[in-house]
Amino acid sequence: MKISLFVTCLGELFYQNPAKDMVEVLERLGCEIDFPQGQICCGQPAFNSGYRKEAQKAAKQMITSFESSEYIVAPSGSCAGMFKEYPGLFREDPVWQEKAQKAADKTYEFTQFIVNVLKMEDVGAVFPAKATYHTSCHMMRLLKETDSPFKLLKNVKGLELLPLANSYDCCGFGGTFSIKMVPISEQMVDEKIRHVEDTGAEVLITADGGCLMNIKGRMDRKGKPIEVKHIAQILNSRV
Amino acid sequence: MAMKIGEKPFFDRVDDALQDDFMRESMARAQDGLRGKKIAATEADEEIGDWEDWRSAGEEIRRHTLENLDYYLELLTDNFARRGGHVFFAETAEEANEYIQQVAKEKNAKSVTKAKSMVTEEIGMNEALEEIGCQVYETDLAEYILQAEEGDRPSHIVVPSLHKNKSQIRDTLAEKAGYTGTDKPEEITSFARSQLRDVFMNADIGITGCNFGVAESGSVALVTNEGNANMVTSFPKTQITVMGMERLVPTWKELDVMVNLLSRSAVGQKITTYVTNLTPELEDDSADGSKEFHLVVVDGGRSKALGTEFQSALHCIRCAACVNVCPVYRHIGGHAYGSIYQGPIGAVLSPILGGYEEYGELPYASSLCAACTEACPVKIPLHELLIRHRENYVEQGYADKSEKLAMKAFGIGTSTPSLFKMATKGAPVFAKPFVKEDSISKGPGPMKLWTRIREFPAPGNENFRKWFMEHKKGGSRDA
Repeated sequence: MKISLFVTCLGELFYQNPAKDMVEVLERLGCEIDFPQGQICCGQPAFNSGYRKEAQKAAKQMITSFESSEYIVAPSGSCAGMFKEYPGLFREDPVWQEKAQKAADKTYEFTQFIVNVLKMEDVGAVFPAKATYHTSCHMMRLLKETDSPFKLLKNVKGLELLPLANSYDCCGFGGTFSIKMVPISEQMVDEKIRHVEDTGAEVLITADGGCLMNIKGRMDRKGKPIEVKHIAQILNSRV
Repeated sequence: MAMKIGEKPFFDRVDDALQDDFMRESMARAQDGLRGKKIAATEADEEIGDWEDWRSAGEEIRRHTLENLDYYLELLTDNFARRGGHVFFAETAEEANEYIQQVAKEKNAKSVTKAKSMVTEEIGMNEALEEIGCQVYETDLAEYILQAEEGDRPSHIVVPSLHKNKSQIRDTLAEKAGYTGTDKPEEITSFARSQLRDVFMNADIGITGCNFGVAESGSVALVTNEGNANMVTSFPKTQITVMGMERLVPTWKELDVMVNLLSRSAVGQKITTYVTNLTPELEDDSADGSKEFHLVVVDGGRSKALGTEFQSALHCIRCAACVNVCPVYRHIGGHAYGSIYQGPIGAVLSPILGGYEEYGELPYASSLCAACTEACPVKIPLHELLIRHRENYVEQGYADKSEKLAMKAFGIGTSTPSLFKMATKGAPVFAKPFVKEDSISKGPGPMKLWTRIREFPAPGNENFRKWFMEHKKGGSRDA
């Protein structure tokens, strides 16, 4: 199966290891991956802050870059979810709206693609640890994808997955919300961390770069010993 | 007082809220408690079939009603008037209050009983009546408590006194109303009840809000639990209903659907203790002397949303389901919003009714997690409307200049691959002076806001695109 990697700007700038893990997992599952060079960022920071024109610029760049792709696969529910917003973003421009719809229809988050398109639930990963999983809001509510990460994690050998209380509550990232509303965001991420700590997990797993950056950033600042990992890192783990 | 709560700027209100441990604990507890109850009465209630079908029906009914608002409003008010009721259309809060004052003066009213109503809070009706010498009695228990506190305002649409605890309530009632009992809720309730008996009997006018007007019969439906609305509407010879102009359904059949959606979503009840329906009496109907009915239909800025992208905000049935799942509300409570309409719907509605000057920050008080949209029983796309507000806020020139510049740069950067390539190459170099171990603790420029409370990841040294190309050629990876 031919797929195009949408690595996301966070993936490209900060989370290169998870991105490499994702490439390796997908290749092992038989995908032939290309990397459209024109890709930059989905435009979500501008979109969510009310800068529609700027978001449209970013979106056009992405739509064009992935025009000939069969599948677009991203290591982030939120960024993949942003592609689903593209048709609405061009609601006054039928030509771009049509292109946007095509892009939206072929976009998948990494775990969603493995489970729903490749129809695989066991990728042969081994990761002996106690862990819990953070459900990202955009993946759950914009992409409507809740089960795939759990299906995959269930089949990871050695992994004990612990339930996380209030998993449906946002971690406080919210893109520019995290810097515009610092005191509120701080309380949200702190509550999330308390719930994670309560599980007794050594590792927190997530499928979203933004949440990862937020929760890990706060945990590191507070000196918490819990590791935060992208799900691709777990699924590519063999030892 | 009207819609606005307090004079402090937004971040001061947030700071106040974050220091109120009791309030925050109580918000979290209320949210966690209501979640299970709501699920049991909605998705998990097998008796009613698929909850999603109910939501779709609710959305359809609200959309249809709002799309034909002029028709149904006319039908409602014509039917109300045909049965002898008096109808008044108020474009503004002031007009509504003047009309109500005028009725009170004509009746020489001294004492007014009230059932819980958000729209009367919105227009500041109590103050208007007090101005002309009326004593206004709140009879909903939560509103009764807030009124005793003098100047306290609702922090939740459905549970207005959610921010107060038992002992605070006991102390307030002891000081203001001569209460001598303990902080047991049953005891406090029975005290309020005994105080209110005479008040109910002696009131000159009874005033309620309106959950739904029923257009086909000219009726008003009130969805309540305490029974006080029945007392308010039974005793006085004059009855005034104040309704937001969008709060109506075409027929009793739709009312049935809406009452289900409202009580299940708001409090996780299959049905509330009372659903009271009031229809003006034709003169010869009345055995104990005629009763005067008034219906005050309040616009108060609502019509500004008609025909715009915000029309669906008027679909709201004030159940607070969005408030009850909002992670921002969870931490800052209701008063921090500075509006009697709080949480996600408050952040959407307050700027529509009161403008960006006053309420422009509220649409930003959301992480856009979309829990609100998911919870709404009439499927208002709340998080999308918050983004629409942000778009308008920016377009109308309210956003600050540095943000505008940054976003302009973002637009250029994200549509120019060569620039982005430079940025990915340059990032590790530029970031180097700030990196300690593998993160940044004190960032420059806008990154400073991030690093106030968190570490910022250091940009990776390797170029991912280069790695990918080598990898495709069969190269191995070292990390």
